[in-house]
Amino acid sequence: MADMTVNKTLSRGLSLPKINSRLVVMTLYLLFLLLPIYWLLNMSLKTNTEILNEFTLFPRDLTFANYATILTDPAWYMGYVNSIIYVTVNTVISLAVALPAAYAFSRYHFMGDKHLFFWLLTNRMAPPAVFALPFFQLYSSVGLFDTHIAVALAHTLFNVPLAVWILEGFMRGVPKEIDETAYLDGYSFGAFFVKIFTPLIASGIGVAAFFCFMFSWVELLLSRTLTTVEAKPIAAIMTRTQGASGIDWGVLAAAGILTIVPGALVIYFVRNYIAKGFALGRV
Amino acid sequence: MEKTVNQKAWFLVLPVLLLVAFSAVIPLMTVVNYSVQDTFGNNQFFWAGLGWFEKMLRSERMWDALGRQLMFSGIILAIEIPLGIFVALNMPKSGFWSSFCLVLMSLPLLIPWNVVGTIWQIFGRVDIGLLGYTLDALGINYNYTQDILAAWVTIIVMDVWHWTSLVALLAFAGLKSIPDAYYQAAKIDQASRWKVFRFIELPKMMGVLMIAILLRFMDSFMIYTEPFVVTGGGPGNATTLLSIDLVKMALGQFDLGPAAAFSIMYFLVILLISWVFYTVMTNLDKREG
Repeated sequence: MADMTVNKTLSRGLSLPKINSRLVVMTLYLLFLLLPIYWLLNMSLKTNTEILNEFTLFPRDLTFANYATILTDPAWYMGYVNSIIYVTVNTVISLAVALPAAYAFSRYHFMGDKHLFFWLLTNRMAPPAVFALPFFQLYSSVGLFDTHIAVALAHTLFNVPLAVWILEGFMRGVPKEIDETAYLDGYSFGAFFVKIFTPLIASGIGVAAFFCFMFSWVELLLSRTLTTVEAKPIAAIMTRTQGASGIDWGVLAAAGILTIVPGALVIYFVRNYIAKGFALGRV
Repeated sequence: MEKTVNQKAWFLVLPVLLLVAFSAVIPLMTVVNYSVQDTFGNNQFFWAGLGWFEKMLRSERMWDALGRQLMFSGIILAIEIPLGIFVALNMPKSGFWSSFCLVLMSLPLLIPWNVVGTIWQIFGRVDIGLLGYTLDALGINYNYTQDILAAWVTIIVMDVWHWTSLVALLAFAGLKSIPDAYYQAAKIDQASRWKVFRFIELPKMMGVLMIAILLRFMDSFMIYTEPFVVTGGGPGNATTLLSIDLVKMALGQFDLGPAAAFSIMYFLVILLISWVFYTVMTNLDKREG
């Protein structure tokens, strides 16, 4: 009896610090991640006088005027609309072309398949800085400059290879017998793909869409180079805050916070697949 | 899974091929075109051979930028990979807190890159930023616009802040795929914590870690927006990484020939290193499958 209690306290004594060290590590790490974001949020709720004259850890003079500035001025909020339009168009295009290709790579051998796959990946590795100028000239010459479709097409440069890579990983996990059974049952390729295969890899499609959204949403160099007025993304409009009288810190911070919101919403929807998705379906 | 040979699969790949040809091959050929020509304006070009390549290979400017770039990528990989693994090992395995951590950790990944730059630009300012203010109050001389060391520390901490979660999420996905039986066997053998990590967790994570290293290497090698917003490449040229230098040359000074030659060599370096990673990775894949 006495032995058992000793054992119990011993094991508890051993396991308690272990749990605590985990807690400490995670708390410190999350704090490190959230502190800069908190500081931006804090600034966005202050007036410029408070930002510049006092050093306060939380807004003393709580104000939503910075957000009101952005949400009432079309020159500001159209930036969000533009960004969302080209990100959506890009995601749709990327998935539409990547789905059949990923299926081909995951199911068949064909001439040059390995080289083709690596060549696709090399486009994910191409520095956008290399493509900025040629893109500018290409889209100007075909009359697509400053349109949403130009940015969406430009972003397929890195999103299509990534989508193929992710989808191929997920499709490999679906047993081939399913395809064969469906063909025996008289399904045509199209019907099989839409009715049977797509639901099976729905989570993979979700993850691929998430990544297309993410990389298109955060990219600035290409989207800024390819637009001037009509399709200008919010990230580029943010430079407007540098006026003659210095930088409007409050509005800049508010605009920054508003760019985080769509991402946060999307993360919430895919939270259960994030880890698998980042592994490109390969775990 | 064994695959069947089917040449008709080419038709399924065709849309991707056409799209990528439009958005990658045409622009790339434009770059190649510029790299072997010279111009006196008015859109009149003449053949310059490999002169630009020769010039760029002799220019100190490019080698300096390449050196800085390699140093930057090396440092951030050396910090982010171990730190990411460490965080993944400490993450809650399942339940509410696991999702909670996942969501919060993914947050920096979804922030537009110039906003990431802006966040750190503000955060590090001595007058209005929490980090700069605190360091200043502690008596540490910190000014990222003047001091080279401070500028480097700032962009490296920023990159660690921005991307460590990616490594952690990947490592976490690898860890979750390890069956419980492995841990139980280790317990019976009375393996130490280190041995469990070395002989069970690390080998099982190798595949995803290669993806993490590949992605982090490629992206850090192409980095432009974040350091540009924070330091603008300065003080002096201290934080002018390859992409920053390239954009300066191509869009700022409009030196098309040298910039194009630079682009091509830049792309080739990335391609070469990525090819090595990719080969290692597919070999790992094969060994497991």
